[in-house]
Amino acid sequence: MFEQSISVLAQKLRNKDISSVELTRTFLDRIAKLNPLLNSYITISEELALQQAQAADERLANGQGSSLTGIPVAHKDLFCTQGTLTTCGSKMLHNFIPPYESTVTQRIKDAGAVMLGKTNMDEFAMGSSNENSFYGAVKNPWNLDTVPGGSSGGSAAAVAAGLTVAATGTDTGGSIRQPASFCGITGLKPTYGRVSRFGMIAYASSLDQGGPMAKSAEDCAHLMQTIAGFDDKDSTCSETPKDDYLANLDTPLTGLKIGLPKEYFGDGLDPKVADVIMTAVKEFEKLGATVKEISLPNLQLSIPSYYVIAPSEASSNLSRFDGVRFGHRCEDPKDLLDMYMRTRAEGFGREVQKRIMVGTYALSEGYYDAYYLKAQKIRRLIKNDFVAALSEVDVIMGPVAPTTAFGIGSKADDPVAMYLEDIYTLSVNLAGIPAMSVPAGFADGMPVGLQIMGNYFAEAKLLNVAHQFQQHTDWHLQTPTMAKGA
Amino acid sequence: MSIDKQDVQKIAHLARLALTEEDAVQYQHSLSSVLSLVEQMQSVNTDGVEPLSNPLEMTQRLREDVVTEGNHREEFLANAPQTEAGLFLVPKVID
Repeated sequence: MFEQSISVLAQKLRNKDISSVELTRTFLDRIAKLNPLLNSYITISEELALQQAQAADERLANGQGSSLTGIPVAHKDLFCTQGTLTTCGSKMLHNFIPPYESTVTQRIKDAGAVMLGKTNMDEFAMGSSNENSFYGAVKNPWNLDTVPGGSSGGSAAAVAAGLTVAATGTDTGGSIRQPASFCGITGLKPTYGRVSRFGMIAYASSLDQGGPMAKSAEDCAHLMQTIAGFDDKDSTCSETPKDDYLANLDTPLTGLKIGLPKEYFGDGLDPKVADVIMTAVKEFEKLGATVKEISLPNLQLSIPSYYVIAPSEASSNLSRFDGVRFGHRCEDPKDLLDMYMRTRAEGFGREVQKRIMVGTYALSEGYYDAYYLKAQKIRRLIKNDFVAALSEVDVIMGPVAPTTAFGIGSKADDPVAMYLEDIYTLSVNLAGIPAMSVPAGFADGMPVGLQIMGNYFAEAKLLNVAHQFQQHTDWHLQTPTMAKGA
Repeated sequence: MSIDKQDVQKIAHLARLALTEEDAVQYQHSLSSVLSLVEQMQSVNTDGVEPLSNPLEMTQRLREDVVTEGNHREEFLANAPQTEAGLFLVPKVID
């Protein structure tokens, strides 16, 4: 049951082959059994889930509801959920019960989905391994000694192990795509502004974007159908009308023009990952696509540009955590300054403090032009590369990450080694275009994700391309051994 | 690009982060590594390139200045570490 798609489950619910309460119970039992091994959830909202399942069953009994009604989902613990603890993976918010609901979770709730709980993540979404969570590292279900990726690692591990049907994630520099790749699931980072950021705890506001993580492109399309679209509570949310993400999934790929950026296949890419990606590209050729080499010449610059822009925006966004209105406050502050300084030193973990300081430095007097402004100029060069490339091809393909999931603790000593892991994902956020990670095979038993990038607001095209691939391959249907017994 | 311990303490103060001596040494190392990494930007010619702050180049959408939410005082105060008489309580600011 836990391996079924949203479409199949929705049909079973409608036919009364199963009730939402039964389905929810199945997943809660799986979570009780397997989550201790994975640590993919920070909060399990059992009581609420069963209430929502009951309500969904009533809706379905009345012939109402949508394809998400009664379907169990999980939310990254970065989306504010009214009345349910929302920690953002931080000690700073260990006691934060949001007084309001994020737009993404509100829309999913309104559609009648059941919230199983809140998933683990790197603190304030800063990380590529999920080792930066105050609530402990998440394990990769394909190999418990390796990381699930980050920062949406809890969501990815939970989907991969069948501890939820689907999940939400957020992606600031690869945080949906890289964990999706490492855990062998499908994830979509939409165009900047396609999905409302209202109620998402901000990391870097000009880069952050929420999106779906699920087993298949079709399941992601179901979620996009619900979460995408204008929201007047987010002033950067786009007014461009949303597409029907399910309508074109079956469009054949004959004549699809695929660009392979040569910079994505150079030094640093694990040859075994490269083999998987090239085999996937050949599959697309069989489906009628044509392939040409393209160039994104400023790719390397995405790392320095991102690691100035994101920390700068973070240093500003995270100034709200001051011990006054919510979250952690230090014991016995002697004055206001002491309260700020100790509250923040105690509440934030090392990586978060590091990024706040990098950003503070980049924005400080005398350095602004050399760092922040320079990074924004390079950001335009990176965007221009994508605009030029996408005028020649329909989609761009390449790896999501240079390697498969690495060992827990293996990159702890070098402060920038982890940053270099993000080389294939950061530029997409800087440009603001949509991109997916789609399971494309395995290297030494670990999943490899194919990245598919497209033009602004081309989510329906990306989902179509991914879905066609999944109609002809079964990589997205593979289940880790640890998930099978339960 | 490397920074010294005093620089680290100065940045930490601006960011309102209390650092021990030991922390400052560690951050001196890790911040220097990050700043060296971002240093490669300086070799790129960006003359005449406009900075990009919003990927869609949207300008901020404004709304009418009207009340859209009701009074949520109690809900908001419920998350505060210390409150009194409907207000957020902080350590004494003025002697």
